Amino acid sequence: MYEDVMKKRGEIIKRAVGVDYSKFEIEGVAFNYEKMMNEAGYSLDEIREIQFETQVGNTPLVELKNLTKLVRKYSPAGKGARIFLKDEAANPAGSFKDRRASVSVYHAKKYGYEGVIAATSGNYGAAVASQAAKRGLRCIVVQEAFDSRHIGQPEILEKGRACEAYGAEVVQLTVGPELFYYTLKLLDETGYFDASLYTPFGIAGIETLGYEVAMQVKKREGKFPDAVLVTHAGGGNVTGTARGLRLAGATNTQVVGVSVDLHGLHMASDLDFNRKSFTTGHTGFGIPFAVFPDRVDVPRNAARALRYLDRYVLVTQGEVFFTTEALAQVEGLMRGPAGNTSLTAALAIAREMDNDQIVVVQETEYTGAGKLPSAQLTFAKKMGVTVKIGDPIREDEPGKVIAIPESIDQIATIEYPLEKLRKSYFKEIVKTYGKRKYSNVEIEFMSEDTHTTFDNVKEKLKEVL
Amino acid sequence: MAKRGDWVKIHAIVLRAEERSPHLPQDTKKVPLEMWVNGFLREDAKIGDEVQVSTLSGRIVSGTLVEVNPRYTHDFGDPIAELLKIGPNLKRILEEN
Repeated sequence: MYEDVMKKRGEIIKRAVGVDYSKFEIEGVAFNYEKMMNEAGYSLDEIREIQFETQVGNTPLVELKNLTKLVRKYSPAGKGARIFLKDEAANPAGSFKDRRASVSVYHAKKYGYEGVIAATSGNYGAAVASQAAKRGLRCIVVQEAFDSRHIGQPEILEKGRACEAYGAEVVQLTVGPELFYYTLKLLDETGYFDASLYTPFGIAGIETLGYEVAMQVKKREGKFPDAVLVTHAGGGNVTGTARGLRLAGATNTQVVGVSVDLHGLHMASDLDFNRKSFTTGHTGFGIPFAVFPDRVDVPRNAARALRYLDRYVLVTQGEVFFTTEALAQVEGLMRGPAGNTSLTAALAIAREMDNDQIVVVQETEYTGAGKLPSAQLTFAKKMGVTVKIGDPIREDEPGKVIAIPESIDQIATIEYPLEKLRKSYFKEIVKTYGKRKYSNVEIEFMSEDTHTTFDNVKEKLKEVL
Repeated sequence: MAKRGDWVKIHAIVLRAEERSPHLPQDTKKVPLEMWVNGFLREDAKIGDEVQVSTLSGRIVSGTLVEVNPRYTHDFGDPIAELLKIGPNLKRILEEN
């Protein structure tokens, strides 16, 4: 049963995505990424129009003056960058994921699909459901929601409720990568469009976010932002935002990826599943998807974070809960914790930057039952996780201890060297392609794909061979 | 007793433990892949019966009837002592000058 469906995978996906990926292949490791983005996706102007039709994008950019003031209290003289926030919660279904969904659903409608299917436990489900409602398509969302005791992660249950509220069928499964198997079965059964997170449509939809950030800051402050902080999970947020910044001409803006550190927790483990308080934006996705982007449902992933990251940092669960509370209490913005991952890093990174510099946090997400720090921490305590006030980095133990900082100056980031990600990328290439020799074309591709030099690729490949 | 047309939740085993993907951690390997889905009941039935529902996308799905008018069980949680002082402390610092 399982094997039969998996064997038909290529055929099912080809029909359900409608993209012939073979025409972008060059040789072996190499494929033409830009050609794929240009031919299979949409232009920025087209996307702006598609998103305008369904009320997506053009979200407010707000300066967080009180948080900036607090950060400056603990910064060296002349330091403490101004922190701006792109309030993506203002999108129809409450997160930047509406941008991704808008293009996929538009495309599905245009090509005559009757419905769309998304395999996601995250905000993307509500985004697809909402866009499908607007465009008159049917929608199924497949979630990994429960452990084997039928205990559901509150945030995922809330997202399931939201999907149903938008009229989508919600299929809730227990833990396991066979979510993908079941999604394939549904795609085969229904003939619906696969609103995969990793098609060129899904990524192109986020380019407007980077573009808006650059243009809004430029209009208001007369210059592009110095750094943009992006919560990083599957890579789409980083990729789309960075591409949008470039399209706006903000080529000197530093792109910093931020994930919640969940080291030690296995993403497919039944026992670990409910011991995490973040269901996305964490290292369990952030690292594997950066080092092996093509692990996804489609043959070539359009989300390729390593191409665009200038820096990658981690924060802890306790730090994000503190920041979420701070955002509500001193800025009057109650937003979901997972969407505040990069804001958390901003509180630390702004301290290193000059006080005339601008750092932009490019997302927020809606909040409510299941998604609030109170909901998540009540659940964590029930699952046996210790919640305490303490040093959020030294005392943090994913799945065991969440340490909430006592003071804002305890918020710091953990650097995750890009070189370490690149090394893992080369290891994955060698493992996947199983060969020892790579052509110049392949090396050239890998240098673009990892944002490094031709010679560095050669050297790093030697190290892992 | 649930009536035809009632909004209900059904449960089904998608893959038995031995049918699951070969690439799983030990703990997950031991348990089946289970599914729950909501829909409108197609025939009168009682809890525990094998039934069919019509889902919000219009699919017909079979499974065991487990709940009628299924409740959303997630909530806002309890006040968290470890978070309660964050706001007041930050406000005090802001008021210092």
